Amino acid sequence: MSLLYTKSLRKTFGGVVAVNDVDFSVQENSITGLIGPNGAGKTTLFNIITGLDSPTSGDLFYKGKSILNTKPHTIARIGIARTFQNIRLFKEMTVLENVMIGRHFKGAHPYFSKNSYYNAFLGLIFQKKEELDIYQNAMKWLSFFNMAGVKSELAKNLPYGKQRELEIARSLATEPDILFLDEPAAGMNPSETEALMQTIQKIRTLGVTVVLIEHDMKLVMNICEHITVLNYGRKIAEGTPSHIQGNPEVIEAYLGKDDE
Amino acid sequence: MDSTTFSLFQIDIVTIFQHLINGLTLGGIYALIALGYTMVYGILKFINFAHGEILMVGTYFSLFLFNTLITGGKTGAVLFILFILALLFGMAISALLGVVIEIIAYKPLRKASRLAPLLSAIGVSIILSNSAAYFFGTRSRKFTYPLDNKPFNFFGLSITPVQLLTIFVCFFLMLGLKYFVDKTRIGRAMRASSENQNVASLMGVNVNKIISITFAIGSALAVTAGVLYALEYKVSPTMGTMTGLKAFIAAVVGGVGNISGAMLGGILLGILETFGTAVLGIPVGYKDTIAFGVLILILLLKPDGILGKNIKEKV
Amino acid sequence: MLNLLLLVMILLGLYIILSLSLNLIAGYTGLLSLCHAAFYGIGAYTTAILSVHTGLSFWLLLPISGLVAAVSGVLIGLPTLRLKGDYLAIATLGFAEIVRNVLTNWDSLTGGPRGISGIKPPVLFGYTLDPLKKVNYLILVWFFVAITFFVLKRIMESRFGRALEAIREDEIAASSMGINTTKYKVVSFSIGAFFAGIAGSIFAVFIPVVVPGGFDFMLSVTILCMVVLGGMGNHIGALIGASIIYIASMLPQILGFSSIISPQFNQIIFGLILVIMMIYKPDGIVGRKKPDFEKLIGASLKKEVSR
Repeated sequence: MSLLYTKSLRKTFGGVVAVNDVDFSVQENSITGLIGPNGAGKTTLFNIITGLDSPTSGDLFYKGKSILNTKPHTIARIGIARTFQNIRLFKEMTVLENVMIGRHFKGAHPYFSKNSYYNAFLGLIFQKKEELDIYQNAMKWLSFFNMAGVKSELAKNLPYGKQRELEIARSLATEPDILFLDEPAAGMNPSETEALMQTIQKIRTLGVTVVLIEHDMKLVMNICEHITVLNYGRKIAEGTPSHIQGNPEVIEAYLGKDDE
Repeated sequence: MDSTTFSLFQIDIVTIFQHLINGLTLGGIYALIALGYTMVYGILKFINFAHGEILMVGTYFSLFLFNTLITGGKTGAVLFILFILALLFGMAISALLGVVIEIIAYKPLRKASRLAPLLSAIGVSIILSNSAAYFFGTRSRKFTYPLDNKPFNFFGLSITPVQLLTIFVCFFLMLGLKYFVDKTRIGRAMRASSENQNVASLMGVNVNKIISITFAIGSALAVTAGVLYALEYKVSPTMGTMTGLKAFIAAVVGGVGNISGAMLGGILLGILETFGTAVLGIPVGYKDTIAFGVLILILLLKPDGILGKNIKEKV
Repeated sequence: MLNLLLLVMILLGLYIILSLSLNLIAGYTGLLSLCHAAFYGIGAYTTAILSVHTGLSFWLLLPISGLVAAVSGVLIGLPTLRLKGDYLAIATLGFAEIVRNVLTNWDSLTGGPRGISGIKPPVLFGYTLDPLKKVNYLILVWFFVAITFFVLKRIMESRFGRALEAIREDEIAASSMGINTTKYKVVSFSIGAFFAGIAGSIFAVFIPVVVPGGFDFMLSVTILCMVVLGGMGNHIGALIGASIIYIASMLPQILGFSSIISPQFNQIIFGLILVIMMIYKPDGIVGRKKPDFEKLIGASLKKEVSR
């Protein structure tokens, strides 16, 4: 069964149909690629799934239940995490703090951790234990990305590639079941992309399902088991990489486009 | 039921029209000031909090020149021409002031966070209003009417020549501005700059010049409004603060950045204020509450204003 | 002279409470609020009105005033906090003007422009704190400065505080980290309002008559400038900012020049400083403080390691 799937999801902006009755599904513990030319509606689809945008019509299911019109913070809490195409880090905060925020709703105490301000005011005893817990977990994720050494740097001072990694680390700190990566390799050089490929595969071995939007075809064809292709908001193909590579409609969609 | 009486408020139709005229006068003044806010917001995306104070300073200069010119007593057409002269003088002074303020206090902050220009503008407004109080005194002054201000009767409505002048000047300037922005080269450059400054400058638009022109026009229009306002009310160092705030509300109500919106918002606010106190029976003391209440309501229901475009943050 | 110095120190304490609490809203959470003076006024009037009409003790009125201000914070915050930046500033400004307008015009309740006098001074262990003996109030005010400082410091060193800063940095990213941004913004706003209300309550029992004039836009702007001058998002910054701006504004009086220097001149200087500061040092005197987690949780960290 699919971990997450959409049912004729549709989104229009004014007269423009950004997502046109798309059925998109993600198998549990897979790496799924979402590709298509610019403006095909990929990010819009991500935004709808993660609660940042609401669809015009259609439905959206996660673990068998409809999660239509769920607020973004609830989406995060039920195990769906994401990164952003234009990196959205907490720029003036340190690398460590960025990841600690990922632990925000994973407090240690069953009652006091539910509402973080109880803890700030009252939970004198739990406060330290909780902070310790969050700290250690955040450090674990920083080590996963070999970033423990720069934990006190401000996020904005990291090089571009590291910022992308930090964004992934931050999302993983929420302990998601499914992780959506929006163009994770954008702006990376070939060796960074290579490292990213390994990282994504490592993430999957942790039991996290990965969905990614990417223009780097080498990366997509190498690590995705399943690919969905969008063009002008419509799903034009889906299947294994080899299946997609031979699909005439996909080739047509990409033709005329310079080096996509 | 009497055909000229609305059953709801028991006010006859003539009175309604009377309030409408009064509201239109006030609204035209708000609209003229609102244009300055909206044009600046359109290009620089910040609230020029000093706009009301620029209005106040310009009005003072108009008043001073007018008082000097009319010493010895002038009447009739001469008096009116001198008034226009004084008005033009005030407009010129404030246009200059607006441009200079932009260059000194706002231009260095174009790349800064949004808080910086806002606070800088508040700083400028504090400097201007206190300088005026320091140099001109806190006592409020009054304009001599530049024309015989005896109200005349028009189908039972009592209209003063000053009201007529205000409405005429406001609408003339608003239409003029609309034509300027929509139909001239500089107007097109202004619109381009408010869409995207970088692209506009790549297309050969001198954005700095356009911003200066925007400040000059906005300030000059505001002084016109200030002088017309002063004909009915008073000139004082604080006259710009509340009028400016209300005009800003008008700009928000119409849709900040939208010139037609500022006009519509100004007139609506003027009429609402007049009707609120005169027809709905809200005590005059709560007049400001009406304006600010309308503001909050608009922000909640339609934050982009009546004619504003909805621009969503790109994720 | 001593009396003047005491007065300055008392009012400085109130300004520090105000700037600390606005710092939570504006500096940490990034909500540009221009209605802090209104919360201060609501606190002052709550104490004044209830004291005159019910004769309740100050120690009861103090938390009530804070709560009334906090509830007004929720009421104004719920609808307006989804607005961003300048729009929020204007909406809060509108709210503040409405509050002032109502305080000035609701004669039967607030006494209109004449204000309210005859507020009962606080009684502590049977000892009445006479408003004329300023030392009493100096201690009272600075006691609450300390409380405000430590409570707010504690909030900002918690998970909750970190979430507020995340909201300031990027609201969309914060929400996708599981933070209920709307709720947190409203809570932050009302906590800030609570402390402003507390400051107002103390102000009300200290001055002879509470009038609406003082709780105006200029006061809100002044408090915001204190926060910005000191450095947004730093408690020490808010403290320094409040001290510099308030003491500077009182210098002519402290030095005995007030008869020579007109108050307008003072304000002009204030405006100039504001403009110059925005151009040359928009981040304030002290920037944001990076938290040192090893120090904060140091003890438990060591224990954990040795186990």
